[in-house]
Amino acid sequence: MQPEGVDPFIFGITVLVLACFVGYYVVWRVTPALHSPLMSVTNAISSVIIVGALIAAGPAEGNFAQAMGFCAIVLASINIFGGFIVTQRMLSMFKKKRRE
Amino acid sequence: MTDDISAFLYLISSVCFVLALRGLSSPDTARQGNIFGVSGMIIAIGTTLALPEVLSYEVIIAGLVIGGAIGTVIARKIEMTALPQLVAAFHSLVGLAACFVAAAAFYRPEAYGIGQFLNINTASLIEMTLGLAIGAITFTGSIIAFGKLQGIISGAPLTFKGQHFFNAILGISIFGLIILIVLDQNEAIFWSILALSFLIGILIIIPIGGADMPVVISMLNSYSGWAACGIGFTLGNSLLIITGALVGSSGAILSYIMCKGMNRSFFSVILGGFGVESDLTDVQQGSDKAIKSGSAEDAAFIMENASSVIIVPGYGMAVAQAQHALREMGDILKEKGVNVRYAIHPVAGRMPGHMNVLLAEANVPYEQVLELDEINRDFSQTDVAFVIGANDVTNPAAKTDTSSPIYGMPILDVENAQTVLFIKRSMASGYAGVDNELFFRDNTMMLFSDAKKMCDEIVQALN
Repeated sequence: MQPEGVDPFIFGITVLVLACFVGYYVVWRVTPALHSPLMSVTNAISSVIIVGALIAAGPAEGNFAQAMGFCAIVLASINIFGGFIVTQRMLSMFKKKRRE
Repeated sequence: MTDDISAFLYLISSVCFVLALRGLSSPDTARQGNIFGVSGMIIAIGTTLALPEVLSYEVIIAGLVIGGAIGTVIARKIEMTALPQLVAAFHSLVGLAACFVAAAAFYRPEAYGIGQFLNINTASLIEMTLGLAIGAITFTGSIIAFGKLQGIISGAPLTFKGQHFFNAILGISIFGLIILIVLDQNEAIFWSILALSFLIGILIIIPIGGADMPVVISMLNSYSGWAACGIGFTLGNSLLIITGALVGSSGAILSYIMCKGMNRSFFSVILGGFGVESDLTDVQQGSDKAIKSGSAEDAAFIMENASSVIIVPGYGMAVAQAQHALREMGDILKEKGVNVRYAIHPVAGRMPGHMNVLLAEANVPYEQVLELDEINRDFSQTDVAFVIGANDVTNPAAKTDTSSPIYGMPILDVENAQTVLFIKRSMASGYAGVDNELFFRDNTMMLFSDAKKMCDEIVQALN
């Protein structure tokens, strides 16, 4: 994944810094009217942490780590489903045009 | 699936998340953005499930179904007025999930290729414990924020002597423990970091008052991103790092916008205690001055004969659930040929964009809802400013009175309108504990009532 000989930490920092710049420019373009959906959608996507939980719960044998992984999966999926659905609900309200 | 393919799929997923945020630049593209977000999440989960080390599908599917069902029910049932506390509750879950993942990685580092139990490589251990600490702070902090928004915990700021000193000691202790765990890996230190972080999360949020909640929620949003980022570093997963950074910077920018909307520094909000002491002398002076109060019929008459009305909603509108009655009033006025618009202050409500969502829920077309800088100049050419559930954001003292706690806050210049109609339940001062001189102006008419009841009565009078 990372270039030969480069410390994974340096590689991670590179990704982090560039992602912060992308985040900065993208978020400033979000219209203030949609700041609430922005919060709920970022909340939903931050649950991508479920990736770590899936790996923890992954092994066939059961142990403490798997139990932790399971709990994290439940919590993260509440967020994923809840976050995206609530965002969708909010955005569908902004769809409605003038009622004459 | 090889590591290269999964890394590539994670990249596609990251791009989807960027596009999800990008879509929010306009209401027309926002729904498409949300579809990108969902797609990104499906790709991320699918890719992980296809990894060779992920085998126990029963456990995973059970977790997904349980969580998914709970999330779906909550998201469908929730009232839009309860949105701020819902978001706070969701943040707490991300924080707690980060703690669980950190614990899983600590007890079974082999699964993530970062060493063996109690022999984890140093960099991963630091990243993991940082992720753990931020996750824990996000968890308890969001629980407190949820309690305050839901009214379970008093919204008033709770402060005690030496609070900042105590917090500083706690913060330093957490860093000390992280150094200690690097030198000597053991379980006790790991759980102590968790416990102290839980405690500091509570103590950070408890002194912050209700109206500062937009900043707090944005800040916790940011923290939940950084927690994901910390876990991403531990797992060496770019997707988590990228997503964490996107969420983290989004929350940070929102906090900045909210602080600017109140003209307060981020640190003064975080240190808390704002709005504790209400200036009694000021309020007493106020009660001596003459105010003009009117009825729903008076308000209806004034607005009917106006050519333009600007409505200024605030948190009080959300509390009274007055948005539907308000929209009905606006519709009738429009039918009568009145130009009706809505002016939103950046910190109106309890979370960024709170008022916009409530007005959208009530079917107010978003073209009529304008931000402070878009509409502020128009007040001087407006016949009626209709203030419903807002107070401090309209207080002219922010411009003139250097001793006022809200001095310097950008306000909506409602006092420039020909007539100001101000709905208020009583003469109590606003959140900041400041008297609003607007009440005593000649062109102000106070409408003493519940916001929803007043709107309903005005609608009746208009018909």
